[in-house]
Amino acid sequence: MSGHVVVIGGGVTGLSTAWWLRREGVAVTLVERGIVGWEASGRNGGGATHAYSPLFREEQRLWPMMDELLGYPTEYQPQRIRIALDPAQLEQYWRVTNLAVQQGFRAEALDAHALKELVPWVPDSVAGGLLWHFGGHANPQRTVQAYAWAIEDLGGTILQHTAVTGFDLRGDKVVAVQTDQGPLGCDAVVIAAGPHTAQLAAMVGVTVPIAPARAEMIVTEPLPLIRHGGADGNGLYGRQTLRGNLAYGGGPHEWLELPDARTPKAVNSPVVRSLARRLHELFPKVAHARVIRSWAGVVENTPDGRPILDRLDAPANLVIATMSSVGFGLSPASGRAIMQLVTQGRCDFADLSQLTLSRFAGLPTDWQARNGWVPWSPDGAEGERGPARADAAGPLSASGQAQAHS
Amino acid sequence: MPRPIDRTSVAGKEFPATDHLQLVVLGAGPAGVAAAVEAARLGLRVMLVDEHPVASALMGIDVPWMFGERMTASVQNQPRMLERIVAARPELEQAFEVGVDVRLGVYVWAAFVTGPTSRALPCRMLALADETQSWLIGFDRLVVAAGARDLAVAFPGWDRPGVMGAQGFAAAIGLYGAFAGRRVVVLGAGVTGLRCVQQAREAGIEVAAVVDVAAAAHEEFATHGVTVHSGCAVRGVEGGAEVEGISIVPVGGGAAVTIACDTIVSALDTVPNVEMFDLLGCAMAFRPEWGGHVPVTDADGRCSVDGIYAAGDCAGIGDAEPRDPALAASSGREAARAAARDAGFAAPAPARTIRTHGGDREARRRHWLQVHAGPAAALTICRCEDVTLRDLLGVRPPRYLSYDDAKFAGRDVRTLAGDGPVNQDQVKRLTRAGMGPCQGRRCREQVQTLLAMQGNQPSGSVPMPSYRAPLRPLPLSVLSAHDESAALRANWTGWFGIAPQWLPHWEKVPENPEYWGGRIFLDAAK
Ligand SMILES: Cc1cc2nc3c(=O)[nH]c(=O)nc-3n(C[C@H](O)[C@H](O)[C@H](O)COP(=O)(O)OP(=O)(O)OC[C@H]3O[C@@H](n4cnc5c(N)ncnc54)[C@H](O)[C@@H]3O)c2cc1C
Repeated sequence: MSGHVVVIGGGVTGLSTAWWLRREGVAVTLVERGIVGWEASGRNGGGATHAYSPLFREEQRLWPMMDELLGYPTEYQPQRIRIALDPAQLEQYWRVTNLAVQQGFRAEALDAHALKELVPWVPDSVAGGLLWHFGGHANPQRTVQAYAWAIEDLGGTILQHTAVTGFDLRGDKVVAVQTDQGPLGCDAVVIAAGPHTAQLAAMVGVTVPIAPARAEMIVTEPLPLIRHGGADGNGLYGRQTLRGNLAYGGGPHEWLELPDARTPKAVNSPVVRSLARRLHELFPKVAHARVIRSWAGVVENTPDGRPILDRLDAPANLVIATMSSVGFGLSPASGRAIMQLVTQGRCDFADLSQLTLSRFAGLPTDWQARNGWVPWSPDGAEGERGPARADAAGPLSASGQAQAHS
Repeated sequence: MPRPIDRTSVAGKEFPATDHLQLVVLGAGPAGVAAAVEAARLGLRVMLVDEHPVASALMGIDVPWMFGERMTASVQNQPRMLERIVAARPELEQAFEVGVDVRLGVYVWAAFVTGPTSRALPCRMLALADETQSWLIGFDRLVVAAGARDLAVAFPGWDRPGVMGAQGFAAAIGLYGAFAGRRVVVLGAGVTGLRCVQQAREAGIEVAAVVDVAAAAHEEFATHGVTVHSGCAVRGVEGGAEVEGISIVPVGGGAAVTIACDTIVSALDTVPNVEMFDLLGCAMAFRPEWGGHVPVTDADGRCSVDGIYAAGDCAGIGDAEPRDPALAASSGREAARAAARDAGFAAPAPARTIRTHGGDREARRRHWLQVHAGPAAALTICRCEDVTLRDLLGVRPPRYLSYDDAKFAGRDVRTLAGDGPVNQDQVKRLTRAGMGPCQGRRCREQVQTLLAMQGNQPSGSVPMPSYRAPLRPLPLSVLSAHDESAALRANWTGWFGIAPQWLPHWEKVPENPEYWGGRIFLDAAK
């Protein structure tokens, strides 16, 4: 393809797309509102095991090569262990395992003894586990920068601190992308703006159903390395990093609304204590490991939880790319697929027929409310709830109680 | 019709709290105790929380202050330390008398308030912990009187046991009475160093010398009869496992001198302890004349977040004269009055304390780092993660990774700055500087200064790296939600509850929009 492609969004989806386009020699400019990978792409669990995805095979093929292809370390580690504390968990993990096995991948059942050999921290009462000879994990923060540097090494342009504000259309094509730093002429556009993909697509009259939500994780101090860092279970996803830290997430998310073009700073909630509890249950032998940080990120979700990777009919040179909350691990593959949608209109290595935007044509407009995928507050109030005030709450009790200190 | 709720989300989930306070005061230093006492007198139900005595294991990793492994074994006896601290802070007696719920040896490790990404929270909450468990309390208002932290600045040997901070030193001899040294060298000939000398003298500890890179020293050192080596840099710390001395050399060149000592107190400056303000989302500003990042407040200590007040050193540290506890106490009283009035209690109008500051302290920090960090690329900057100055400024990956050094030849903080202002959180992600168990306490400020210096920028141009919960490194067993609600447990999912997300891609999603969200599927699965 000749011409200039503008990729909107410097998360993993946009970064990988721009990188693949440069590898094909396409002129590309990536536009990022802030710093690359600042949103979900730099705040996720780093898991790269998505057996239900049409991009699974490509995800598995590419990851072992990524450090070499990019030229910078991603901390990719192959394989994953699922740990079940009870038979119900084991059954659940088998279901996913079978999906991969059906596609020709290999998995091993681990009894409690074998599991303890590999992950010495599990409880004696552990039900069992599975060793997957597929899947893996990488360091998201290192990976986003690796993509960005690799794009620059190939002569691509990354504009950080530049926000897209609109589009110029001529006929059925986008001819320029407007940014707060000026216009960028283009021959094709990819919108890969995570949760903001909907707002941007709306500017060209395209409805993309995405609901944003907040999800959180905790991380401990480093521990001695176990054989396969990608060991998780008990309702948690996560990994031991190559440095030795335990980084785990899961549990209740919070649905949000994005009132404007910015992503609000995602905060942690008391759920961090529940994450600690599950990690403690999973690895009781390292109950002493100190939690040193937590964080949260804003993820994008489509109504059926599957990505939207689609080159539209109108505007005809626009590709919509959003991964529905499992976009990190799939990014090497998603970027390649999106590159092909841009350069040849179709993906030749994976069946993307389930990932079209048109599948949501009949979606009721109140789909989010119907599912409860909307912000919720105890009193139904919209605004912030500040501290109680005497005038609002009546006179406050004035009993200073003496209590023994502990 | 009831609003549908996503049961796998936080909507409607309860987080059991053991109590609900009208006012919580964080920190039982002079400002915090005065705030708690004043608020209780004005009729509020008050809890005063302070982390001391902290676990000796935390002291071992310089949390919350740089203790430099110079505490005696007596700190392992927490009940005794508790008695000691109550004795060292006689003003606590008043707090007990007026009915303040005083909690000592309790960490406040997080605060949760409603905001754009946390609407579902039942009420404002603080997360507390002692050595065995954590719990939540509800609160209306919070006076943060979290005091000051040590400023860590690198010099050859600064990462050795036996090198401590001014706050750690003060606590070792005062609060804990557990200092394991006899003869100290104080680094920093300003007011912070001066205070250390005074404290040492009062405790009968010998001060061998005071050293500073600056040509001028505070005039009061003369009255203490202590030798001041002005215009000198640290060349190294002498000794094997134990510090035996410090070797210094004139900045402009000249003969090195070795001074015998068993402890080195790094007392260039202290910084406001602002972690809680950042966690709460309060607006912050970089004010070098107040010691660094401080919360933006009105004259009565009100922060930008409703119901949060700043008092004492954490609101900004004046540097014009050694700190006066009476000044801190009066700022605590003012914050308490402001909180009481805001809560609808009759309270006298706050009498505004005039605070003084001593000009740009960032210049002194830069001078120190220029002298010590300039020529020594191998100098360790982040001790937990073993990041050297070269690694930091060259944005190198950590040592445990193998990488192609040639690829990094053209990459450093300056080239990163070509793509936008240098961001400390971004450099942290790449180099791991500040990512270790001490939670950045020993490198945060110096990394900020070094990044700014490298980019020829004012230090305030580097955005403050974020603080994260838990504000103290606490074990999994302690943080664990032993009191978790049954609904939360029953509806726990690893990753959302969107059923069709987990269907193999070759299976079509049933054409039922209710199903798409996954709710119907969940019901069917139960
Ligand atoms: C806690 C957590 C754990 C997760 N765990 C995993 C996991 O283990 N495995 C996995 O595969 N996935 C995981 N995910 C999901 C994954 O992180 C996301 O699916 C993925 O990062 C999405 O990438 P993206 O590039 O599509 O979007 P984003 O990362 O959201 O990037 C979009 C970018 O677009 C930019 N942008 C928005 N609007 C504009 C504009 N107007 N102009 C310019 N730029 C704009 C934003 O600034 C942002 O950088 C997790 C997510 C979270 C939050």
